[in-house]
Amino acid sequence: MFESLSARLQAVIERLRGKAKITEADLDVALREIRLALLEADVDFRVVKEFVARVRERVIGTEVLEGLHPGQQVVKAVHDELVSILGSESHSLQLDGKPTAVMLVGLQGSGKTTTVAKLAVRLRRQGKRPLMVAADVYRPAAVDQLVQLGDQVGIEVHSRPLGTPAIEVARSGMETARQRGHDLILIDTAGRLHVDEPMMDELVRISGAVTPGETLLVVDAMTGQEAVSVARAFHQRLPVTGLVLTKMDGDARGGAALGIRSITGLPIAFIGTGERTDGLEPFHPDRLAQRILGMGDIVSLVERVQDTVDREEAERLAERMLGARFTLEDLRSQLRQVQRMGPIGQLLGMIPGAGQLAGAAQQAVDDGQLKRIEAVIDSMTPAERRHPEIIKASRRRRIALGSGTSTGDVNRLLKQLSEMQRVMRQLGSQGPKGDQALGRILGR
Amino acid sequence: MMARPRREPGGLGLRPTPGGLGSRLRGILGIGPTPSEATWEELEEALVAADVGATTALELVDATRARIGADASMAEIRSGLTEEIRERLDRVGSGRFALGPPPAVILVVGVNGTGKTTIVAKLAARLSGEGHGVLLAAADTFRAAATEQLRLWGEQLKVPVVAQRPGADPGAVAFDALAAAESRGIEVVIVDTAGRLQNKTQLMAELGKIRRVIERRMPGQPRHVLLVLDAVIGQNGLAQAEAFAHDAGVTGVVLAKLDGTAKGGVAVAIADRLKLPIVFAGVGEEARDLAPFDPAAYAEWLVSG
Repeated sequence: MFESLSARLQAVIERLRGKAKITEADLDVALREIRLALLEADVDFRVVKEFVARVRERVIGTEVLEGLHPGQQVVKAVHDELVSILGSESHSLQLDGKPTAVMLVGLQGSGKTTTVAKLAVRLRRQGKRPLMVAADVYRPAAVDQLVQLGDQVGIEVHSRPLGTPAIEVARSGMETARQRGHDLILIDTAGRLHVDEPMMDELVRISGAVTPGETLLVVDAMTGQEAVSVARAFHQRLPVTGLVLTKMDGDARGGAALGIRSITGLPIAFIGTGERTDGLEPFHPDRLAQRILGMGDIVSLVERVQDTVDREEAERLAERMLGARFTLEDLRSQLRQVQRMGPIGQLLGMIPGAGQLAGAAQQAVDDGQLKRIEAVIDSMTPAERRHPEIIKASRRRRIALGSGTSTGDVNRLLKQLSEMQRVMRQLGSQGPKGDQALGRILGR
Repeated sequence: MMARPRREPGGLGLRPTPGGLGSRLRGILGIGPTPSEATWEELEEALVAADVGATTALELVDATRARIGADASMAEIRSGLTEEIRERLDRVGSGRFALGPPPAVILVVGVNGTGKTTIVAKLAARLSGEGHGVLLAAADTFRAAATEQLRLWGEQLKVPVVAQRPGADPGAVAFDALAAAESRGIEVVIVDTAGRLQNKTQLMAELGKIRRVIERRMPGQPRHVLLVLDAVIGQNGLAQAEAFAHDAGVTGVVLAKLDGTAKGGVAVAIADRLKLPIVFAGVGEEARDLAPFDPAAYAEWLVSG
């Protein structure tokens, strides 16, 4: 229903292709779309204004760099500017105290409790002995929620009987940690509005009582223009050290983080994805920059693939994907690796324009359709796998019989393949040259 | 559960937001006797700052311009803009929630953390206060302690809650709740569901399934499918409304957490572009903090708050 911004941006960039120099008029058109893209991504409107002005300055009158066309040069300028605002390195937590307190604060529903559990799991993996402290004494069953999460992941939770003030819970949590040899406490606080003075005072008192080494502001990636006021208010009252941007497995572009970062200077420490307790990742500025612009996240995709399959295999796959030479044999070998890679929908969601595909693929995993697809491919001859266009009615029937499926299933698979090839062809053509772009991604 | 410390209420219709759109507008409108091109641009920006969205903001400004003419006074611009916003909200039926003849099933949906469970409780308080028998279905069987949260509300409101063990099939919970309501002669069932991001196909399909279970068990139901949106939401709110409308048949939007400084302006875009009414406004954490959405007051608040 709504025209995708990345598609519009892409169109503007295409129009600039083949020009030797960027004129002011060209730039106006491009910047108008970029402004819209940033606003629709929920980047703070003041930051957008300043940002667009800076990009204009950076680009105007410059010679087009070799190997780039003007549109790409504008995007490169935008991307570089975004990355420079977002910061070049991830924030690493300072956890030297014995024990160190880490406080998580934020609005209601931003995802603090889930993040506490994710952070505890992550830090335990790094050799810490965390204790989670249930200091949200207001929301019904908030303490239960943390206790249950603690049970799930096998990490201790400190809680006090109903009616204990939050500051007491935090203070006794620190004491318990000291006695039991925990080197880290993670304090889950109640969600609150940044304009709620009594509740903000409570946070200040807790902070004063436990002197946290880190205070992390948890921000929902879907937050709109209010994000900066929220972050500023928390930052003014508390020694906030970093941000956690949650629900990044959704399709919000997360532009709120750019505004917060730009205006408060707070670094983004972590990205939260998904409801599972392992869904917390370190922050990569360039990836968020691409996402805010709606350019997908090919770099992340390649890296994640590399984590799971061997490098050679990943290169071969990525090359084939971008070159649209992806065959049923590739698909089959992928299917076998998919289970190891984690949610395929999340994986495909990183590819620009592959949103639909991501949904369909996730559905396929959930319904056990993957096995069926594998069976269909197994029932083909090598020639059919490489050249599916030779599969006509009688071959279809044979394949369906051989795999215990229907000709409908075979048709569906073939249709999906050509759809995938189409998306990947588009993908490949987005860089200067598919293979060249790929070389840059992989050749680090 | 502990009571939160009391504070001066803010938010919708209660107190102007310092530095909000209103004061910005007053600043803008104080520039000169007749609006210049820059004035209109700043007007558009002020709407963007309230999360109305760049596209809708431009449309609103253009419509206001067309409505009042080029040489209008500042006061006319202001009331013209308010009227444009109000009309867009009003013509899709915002603020007009009619429960309808019994039985009535209300399905409450939304992404994670918008305040669905709290809204379910507030709705229950409101409807039972109006004399309806209400039963709650804890069909969020996924999030840790979601069921306990609803149970605690049930105890406080003296409203029965039907729940199963964690991880149970949410459709089965809904089914049980309908059966329980029928056998006890309770006319209103409110079904709380797990938060889900709208791009998770499998979870959205699950919502469709819950809906179908209700349809089969009780033809014509759920009569109301309410999407809960957090007032702090940005432009993704539009994508949310579109997806939930498609997969769950949303009939109306509840704008939650309107007691802060966030205005949830994307609601205007949702009403205008998706033709979905905004039916309720949530303005606090207590059970009584739910009001029918008032398009005129909201438009006024957006423009003058």
